[in-house]
Amino acid sequence: MPLTTQTTLRVVLYEGTDAQPLDSANTFTTLTALLEKGFAVTRTVAGGRVAPHERGSLLVLGKFAGGRAPVAESDSAQTPVRFQDITGLDASRIVETAEAARSESGAAKHGEWKPWFPVIDYDRCTNCMQCLSFCLFGVYGVDEQNRIQAQNHDNCKTNCPACSRVCPEAAIMFPKYKAGPINGDVVQDSDLGREKMKVDISALLGGDVYSALRQRSDAAKARFSKERDDKKALQERQKCLAKLATAGDIPPEVLMSLPSPEEIMRRAEEAKAKATAALAAQSK
Amino acid sequence: MTGPRILYCHCQYAQVVPPEVKEAVLRKLCESGVAFDAVADLCELSARQDPSLKRLTEGGAVKIAACFPRAVKWLFHTARADLPLDGVEVLNMRVQNAEEVAAALFSPELKPNLPRGKAEAIDAPKAAAA
Repeated sequence: MPLTTQTTLRVVLYEGTDAQPLDSANTFTTLTALLEKGFAVTRTVAGGRVAPHERGSLLVLGKFAGGRAPVAESDSAQTPVRFQDITGLDASRIVETAEAARSESGAAKHGEWKPWFPVIDYDRCTNCMQCLSFCLFGVYGVDEQNRIQAQNHDNCKTNCPACSRVCPEAAIMFPKYKAGPINGDVVQDSDLGREKMKVDISALLGGDVYSALRQRSDAAKARFSKERDDKKALQERQKCLAKLATAGDIPPEVLMSLPSPEEIMRRAEEAKAKATAALAAQSK
Repeated sequence: MTGPRILYCHCQYAQVVPPEVKEAVLRKLCESGVAFDAVADLCELSARQDPSLKRLTEGGAVKIAACFPRAVKWLFHTARADLPLDGVEVLNMRVQNAEEVAAALFSPELKPNLPRGKAEAIDAPKAAAA
């Protein structure tokens, strides 16, 4: 099921009317445990303002008067609500309760996918389609106005920031990346210089990294057929991959998971065709 | 009259926010007695296009303890929930210390700091004090 249609469970720590306040140490321990399991948690107090919840259900936890949780008024509500008294429960029992409620409600299980995907800064993006033409994994596409967008977030290769390296405007962010400007830090002039340099490195490799990979692979294959020296061919391929890993800060596991040279070629041509079509539609 | 809403991001699926900063900010929120929303990971909510982000943007001023303002602005955009430029202050737990973040969260004053147009070097947050 696509990420955008999955339902979620939000946990509410209720400290309003008819409930005793939770002590702050327990609140902290419980909140931390729930967040570490991927839950969104709202702490409510009388008169406080929090965000409403949609596309999912609510589990309201509190130390309710007399140890009795209220009963939800309607099961047919758009957002199903369940109340649970947590008097005497420690953090681990509360997490168990939340997990059980999540499972019963059919809400998404968190933590199965590391949310690593490109976030586009449209203040900087010039819609040049370099990212669309570069990505082999179908992460990018265009909207109805032929504007670039990241469409398939879960196709993105975890920890790989390569597309942000080829963006001439440093418009592609990965908020979980270690360093700026890719992590969202302010773009400095020197960063743009560095980004351009990286594109130049890619050009030096033969126009783009994938054609470089293909050429090296073809050369290695040719040598293999002539010399039957598979060890040398493998060394050549590893040398090329190491160079690409350095130039684009691409994790070795991503490079090693690349498909065959023929499949790379096919996907690269497909991506390039999509980019060309989007650029042509823009100029109409 | 109530102050701005508060959203705290735990950045659960990466180790880029110093854990001691996250922990101290969350602890101060729990001790404060204020209402707030805490999410395990804002990136995950953004990828899910979680409707609660849209509703958050519609509810007036908000202070967000997370990471870089430029990243937060476009994470919300990705979730189809554009943040109002004049109504949002982002506290950056990657570079600010917990005291600064907590002081700003609990201050009645809102200092909007989302980038407008191309972010310049002057928009950069101050580095955390040693």
